[in-house]
Amino acid sequence: MIVVNIEMVPGYTILEVKGLVQGNTIRTKHLGRDIAAGFKNLVGGELKGYTELLTESRRQAIERMMSQAQQLNANAIVNVRFTTSAVTQGAAELYAYGTAVVVEKEGE
Amino acid sequence: MWDFWIQVGGVLFLLLLGYSAGTWRERSHFSSLRRREAGHEGMKVTNLKAVTNPDSVRQATLVMGDAVIATDYFKSFLARLRNIVGGEVRSFKTLMDRARREAKLRMLDQARELGAGEVWNVRFETSNIRSSTNKKNPAVSVEIFAFGTAVIRK
Repeated sequence: MIVVNIEMVPGYTILEVKGLVQGNTIRTKHLGRDIAAGFKNLVGGELKGYTELLTESRRQAIERMMSQAQQLNANAIVNVRFTTSAVTQGAAELYAYGTAVVVEKEGE
Repeated sequence: MWDFWIQVGGVLFLLLLGYSAGTWRERSHFSSLRRREAGHEGMKVTNLKAVTNPDSVRQATLVMGDAVIATDYFKSFLARLRNIVGGEVRSFKTLMDRARREAKLRMLDQARELGAGEVWNVRFETSNIRSSTNKKNPAVSVEIFAFGTAVIRK
């Protein structure tokens, strides 16, 4: 499955536009990481625990988007965008969406 | 009477700790950023959408990088002082700069791993990570997410 954030896949032609597909996850913070983060706020620096958490959540959201595209028999997702929203204190929703299309490699 | 001085002492200690540790970490992070950015010289990074010469493209994939950076006690204190008169909060500017550069570097690292020499349509998303340990010092942490399309030429 080809996934890009531009409007078309270079070198490929879009045969059919299947429609909007999406994937999201809602993640709450981990108490242990939160305490570590509180400590980090004294000295500053990167919160690696949170970085990993968010990277993993985003990956999961993308996977859900890809499986939705697969169900539509698409072979590519274009114009992918992401949003993050705070749902409640301590929880964030990561949302990925794009357009599922059927592409074909341009004649070589 | 003692209580008051102990509290003042406590705040000063935290400020000093935050300032020294924070400054040291910041400096080492900046030098690490400079070093790694030098390693990515020659990489074409753009926020344009239309890929030039699309016929010469072998493969295009989404690449991403993100970083969550927290500020230190000293900076938060400075920001609250700044709140009195308004204006640019310089102490936070370095925080955002670091997070953004780190996220962009991670995205470029992923692109390089795939063997790409170009990243197109780079976008940045920013979100606030609020810690539930509020007290009187609200934790300022920012997540910066950079993503784009890595292009590998034939």
